[in-house]
Amino acid sequence: MIAVLGLVVGVVAGLLLEPTVPAGMQPYLPIAVIAALDALFGGLRARLDGIFDDKVFVVSFLSNVVLAALIVFLGDQLGVGTQLSTAVVVVLGIRIFSNAAAIRRHLFKA
Amino acid sequence: MTADQPERPEPTTRESWRVLLRSLRPQARPSHLLVGLLCMLLGFALVTQVRHTQSSGLSALRQSDLVQLLEETTDHSRELRGRVAELQRTRDELASGTNQQQAALEAATERASTLGVLSGRLPAVGPGVVLTLNDANRALAASAYVTVLTELRNAGAEAVQVDGRRVTAETFFLDGPDGVLVDGVLVGNPATWLVIGDSHTISQALEIPGGALALVRSQGATAGVRVADEVEITVTRTPRELRFASPVEAGS
Repeated sequence: MIAVLGLVVGVVAGLLLEPTVPAGMQPYLPIAVIAALDALFGGLRARLDGIFDDKVFVVSFLSNVVLAALIVFLGDQLGVGTQLSTAVVVVLGIRIFSNAAAIRRHLFKA
Repeated sequence: MTADQPERPEPTTRESWRVLLRSLRPQARPSHLLVGLLCMLLGFALVTQVRHTQSSGLSALRQSDLVQLLEETTDHSRELRGRVAELQRTRDELASGTNQQQAALEAATERASTLGVLSGRLPAVGPGVVLTLNDANRALAASAYVTVLTELRNAGAEAVQVDGRRVTAETFFLDGPDGVLVDGVLVGNPATWLVIGDSHTISQALEIPGGALALVRSQGATAGVRVADEVEITVTRTPRELRFASPVEAGS
């Protein structure tokens, strides 16, 4: 409940405040968002598995975001930023899909 | 990671829905607040990124992408500039080619008319002299005609007509039983020569002592030279087809 509420509040705040992305964060924000989405779906799946834990969720969320940003940063430093962010997006996308599939199996048995 | 948890017995669909609904109920535990805060951050970042992507075109790209884009654009514009130069060169070539062709055509036309007059293919008009040879006794020899014609040519005559026959390089004079033949046809009496050329020079050349007309008079004929502002030679002749000679290509 509080999670959904927080999501809605965040979206509304983003729409109302119309923030601009700082130049230094521009390459990392999209990857961080994808990583956070992955953590969110993982948390939902854990919740349905009955093994959800606040601490685990918070740690996985933060570590996902930081790690994704770090990988992209490293890639930028090595000159393969574009390719590496593509790789991160692909991996996270696959995880999101598998989590979503697990959630679907829980709720619809299909 | 949340997925790396030990296996539990699989819950049924009904239980899953119940779990989902239960989690939607308000629960005020401090750790839940942290989860909510993270979700809020996620929503905020999501909206921010979406708006950023929609609003900005080039500014969202990273530096290496921009450099690549710039290089591509530069290459493309260089290519296009090359094409422009090439097309302009082609256009200039075509224009100058047209001019050259036109000049060549004009030169050829002019030469054709000059040669047409000289070879007797074209009628001609211009200043000149009218020479009348009155030879009632048919005393003149063909050689006298040849002398007169040679004298005319030496004086720069450009077109000559004798008694209705155009005189060219092929013309021949022959002594016949009744008089002189021009190209095989008997010359009438008096014989009228129409000559186009510098009338002053021609009349002077004909009349020099011991010259052509002196020879004619010594053979018992009379000659009269009249200078005319406009002599019209209308008779033409078709040059014979060349059987043996063929032109040599220029520049070979």
